[in-house]
Amino acid sequence: MIETEKLTRKFGDLVAVDNLTFRVNQGEIFGFLGPNGAGKTTTIRMLCCLISKTSGQARIAEYEVGNKSDSLKIRKLIGFVSDNVGLYDSLTAYENLDYYGKLYKCPESSRKENIERFLRILGLWEKKDFAAGTFSKGMKQKLAIARALIHDPEILFMDEPTANLDPEASKTVREFILELKKEKKTIFLNTHNLDEAQRICDRIGILNTKLMALGTPTELEHLVGGSKIVIQLEQVNDAILSALKKLSLGNMIRDDRKLTIEVTDPDKENPAIVRAIVNAGGNIQYVSPAGSSLEDAYLKLVRE
Amino acid sequence: MNWGTSFTIAVKELTIIRRKKSIISYIILLPIILSILFSLVVQNDIASPSGISPNYQLGLESLTYFFVVFAAILPASIAAYSIVGEKVEKSLEPLLATPTTDGEILLGKSIASFVLPLLAIWGGACIFMVSTDYLTYNLISYYFFPNWTSGVMLLLLAPLAAIFSIELAVILSSRVSDVRGANQVSGLLFIPFMAVFLAGVEGAISFDVNTLLIFSGIVLIVDIGLFFLSSSTFSREEILTKWK
Repeated sequence: MIETEKLTRKFGDLVAVDNLTFRVNQGEIFGFLGPNGAGKTTTIRMLCCLISKTSGQARIAEYEVGNKSDSLKIRKLIGFVSDNVGLYDSLTAYENLDYYGKLYKCPESSRKENIERFLRILGLWEKKDFAAGTFSKGMKQKLAIARALIHDPEILFMDEPTANLDPEASKTVREFILELKKEKKTIFLNTHNLDEAQRICDRIGILNTKLMALGTPTELEHLVGGSKIVIQLEQVNDAILSALKKLSLGNMIRDDRKLTIEVTDPDKENPAIVRAIVNAGGNIQYVSPAGSSLEDAYLKLVRE
Repeated sequence: MNWGTSFTIAVKELTIIRRKKSIISYIILLPIILSILFSLVVQNDIASPSGISPNYQLGLESLTYFFVVFAAILPASIAAYSIVGEKVEKSLEPLLATPTTDGEILLGKSIASFVLPLLAIWGGACIFMVSTDYLTYNLISYYFFPNWTSGVMLLLLAPLAAIFSIELAVILSSRVSDVRGANQVSGLLFIPFMAVFLAGVEGAISFDVNTLLIFSGIVLIVDIGLFFLSSSTFSREEILTKWK
């Protein structure tokens, strides 16, 4: 659905996006994770035909990004939610959506239908005749998402859709994105919110000018030497510690009755660890995964 | 170029303008106040002890020409605001992501900038002409307005002046990044038309039909050149990457 090969963008001497090669499949939620200035927005702008590429190739469906005659066709095919909502404050919610529906040449009947549908789904129907300028940030963001969907696009590009939103509004937006996945929409999401990426993305690309890593959240966790588990015991003694040392595990940290152990293959190693502790006479109170190891992967890759 | 898209953009712009009370009162009130002031000038001229001024005709033509100067002032501020205003509201990026061309966006904004000020100027000019005819008919025994000079000024030169200022405002407002800058830029665009006004008042040129047609022809040629220049200088990429 979206395909790039060695996609590069330079601003003078500054390389904003460097040799980006990836593919996003139909119906997939693909997330781009990266720090500020990593080239996420530049990539989206190139794919949405808002700015040109310096070199490389990119295709959206069967259309070539950078080909002037394909640009309008690509823009018809996609929806775009920018990092700034960019609504017309003096127009009502309904008028904002109606205007964009007309720009996308949606027939009047389907335009009205879609406006009502999305405003109802996003809980804004009762506010349809209120000026967008009177809306809260969360409401504006929801309206911007509705605007990007007004022509029922196959692909939706979203640049930091939950930035600056409170937790409740972020949750609503995330749930709505997952609803769109059920409708087989392809979603390309820029974010620097690790938790968000982990929760909703099928695959994640970690970008820091270059594509540092690409995979499912689980695959990325394994990239940095697997994950960690936390085991709380009734009591930690030398017998338990020596039993665990014999398993040749990764780094192990003891904090009173709590052990944090690095594991490379949790499916195989976790049962062996539990068995060793029980055989050494230990009483396990709980076993749980430690923290977000996607965060470890992200930090390691971004710092490289 | 899809005219329907430009029309949609123009209607949206006019809806926003209509809701901005400061802009709408500026556009509508200014020509009306001007027409009332000019009518008072005519009335004073007639009421003076010397009767009708020897420069009566030149005076009325100069006052009529002032509406041309206003046609170069009013649309420019709206055109500049409609570009910079999109930047301020950060609404340009989603708009540029729609399947609209630069030409359609510029045309839509230009139509919106053109229509309302020109209607207001024509409305103000009508008030001025009717009141002048009312005040002077008993003295000169004919209606001074309408005449060919005022027709060329208001129906040909004023629209061309409005187009001139809109196109220049679009070009220059792409180079500024705030509303104040846009207003400053648009405030300068009446200077060529003001220079012609002063030349007419000083007698360097006359406001006869032939001179006005030649001047209109020059403005038309400049307008055509500016149209191509404004289309080529409106760079969506530059706007997105350089506007902060």
